[in-house]
Amino acid sequence: MEILAASFRLVIDSGLDVLPIAVFLFVFQRIVIGKPMPGGRRIVVGFVFVVVGLGCFLVGLEQALFPLGRLMAEQLTDPAFLATSLFAADLPSWAQYYWVYLFGLAIGISTPLAEPALIAVALKANEVSGGAISVWGLRVAVAIGVGVGVSLGCIRIVTGFPLHYFIAAGYVVVVLQTLVSPRLIVPLAYDSGGVTTSTVTVPLVTALGLGLSAAVPGRSSLLDGFGLVAFASLFPIIAVLAYGQVSLIRGRRTAP
Amino acid sequence: MREALIAIGRDALGSLRDLLPIVIVISVFQIFVIQQPAADLLPLAYGALLVVAGLTLFIYGLRMALYPVGETLAYSLAKKGSVFWLMIFAFLLGFGTTIMEPALIAVAAEAADVAALEGVIEQSENAKWRYALGLRLTVGVAVGVALVLGVTRILLNWSLPGMIIGGYIVVVLITTVAPREIIGIAYDSGGVTTSTVTVPLVTALGVGLASSIRDRNPMLDGFGLIAFASLLPILFVLVFGMLV
Repeated sequence: MEILAASFRLVIDSGLDVLPIAVFLFVFQRIVIGKPMPGGRRIVVGFVFVVVGLGCFLVGLEQALFPLGRLMAEQLTDPAFLATSLFAADLPSWAQYYWVYLFGLAIGISTPLAEPALIAVALKANEVSGGAISVWGLRVAVAIGVGVGVSLGCIRIVTGFPLHYFIAAGYVVVVLQTLVSPRLIVPLAYDSGGVTTSTVTVPLVTALGLGLSAAVPGRSSLLDGFGLVAFASLFPIIAVLAYGQVSLIRGRRTAP
Repeated sequence: MREALIAIGRDALGSLRDLLPIVIVISVFQIFVIQQPAADLLPLAYGALLVVAGLTLFIYGLRMALYPVGETLAYSLAKKGSVFWLMIFAFLLGFGTTIMEPALIAVAAEAADVAALEGVIEQSENAKWRYALGLRLTVGVAVGVALVLGVTRILLNWSLPGMIIGGYIVVVLITTVAPREIIGIAYDSGGVTTSTVTVPLVTALGVGLASSIRDRNPMLDGFGLIAFASLLPILFVLVFGMLV
């Protein structure tokens, strides 16, 4: 009975989330375009799928992705675990958490490689550039960018260095790179920042950051815990712009 | 019926592919690095199953209902609609898609939990609910305004790099006066907003607009909209933090 009530509540909640766009599309179709919805029943069924799917996804998030992110942060920063990790005792205090940085790197590199939206962007880039930008080259550049971003973001959380200095410095780099990059790669690079932060990765990475800030002594979740997503969106831009410059230089060299 | 099942199967594979790298990396770390007896796996497995099933249904439903209607509307309005209706449409599209963006719902709830824990807001379900909703509405309005700005830019052919660079300068300036506890959430909200629901519809709007005006590059103009949609939420959430 309790489960029934909870699921009912859930469907209502996600129904309310979807309601604005459903109403607004309906009204526009009717009043501005002046035609009824094409395929009315299909649309209704589709919205039912959207609502139920959203509800299930949010519960799954609460049950799996959030706990996993926190658990990894807790276990990898546990003093008992740190005592067993190699050379940790000889390192400066922020570097003792190197397993967390490696974990961030691994998550950051592996998730964009599986991202369908990124594969589509890479194929398009390859086509538009006449083969100068290779599909794998772009995907690897983005993956390395996200990996380095998440990893650096973890270092920032541990050290407690202010987020906006990093971000401001990052955007200065992006602006400088934009000035000297081939024009073709610029929109792709900016797009890749948004494309990589997928619906599954964002909650996990957020939980990792919050767990890390809670586990490291002297850090506050509110002041230090957020910011990993911002890093994961910024560094792919830098990586892809750099990749564009490299392939431009290489192309010049091989050209007769 | 068979086609529908095949389509659902394909979406399920897509969701699995999204989750797979995470499962692999975490398993490798658990087995080789942490080497502790595994935590209670059953609820985690159940949750992961719900994530895959939920994402599958969600994306299947989006493809069935929201994408076709939204894309057709965006395209036909951009082609021949009046500027007034186009602007209203752009705003509501940005707002509506952002409100239902799953990653934003999740991050806003997390932010409310943390804010309550650290005493910024009251430690009650009601206060947390209001804070999370306020955050999402702020981001929704920001994306709506971003699209209006982006459409105006496309119509009047303003310089994109200039506006983006100017925008980030404003963001950095406001950061210096914003309360410190909102900064992280604000910067993250820029990356969270442009996701599953928003990007395809915004792209349709951009491509429709750019192809209805002569001498424009659809790729460049569609990209401009997304760039604004990542920038303005940072600004708006910083201001939200100053007001709350």
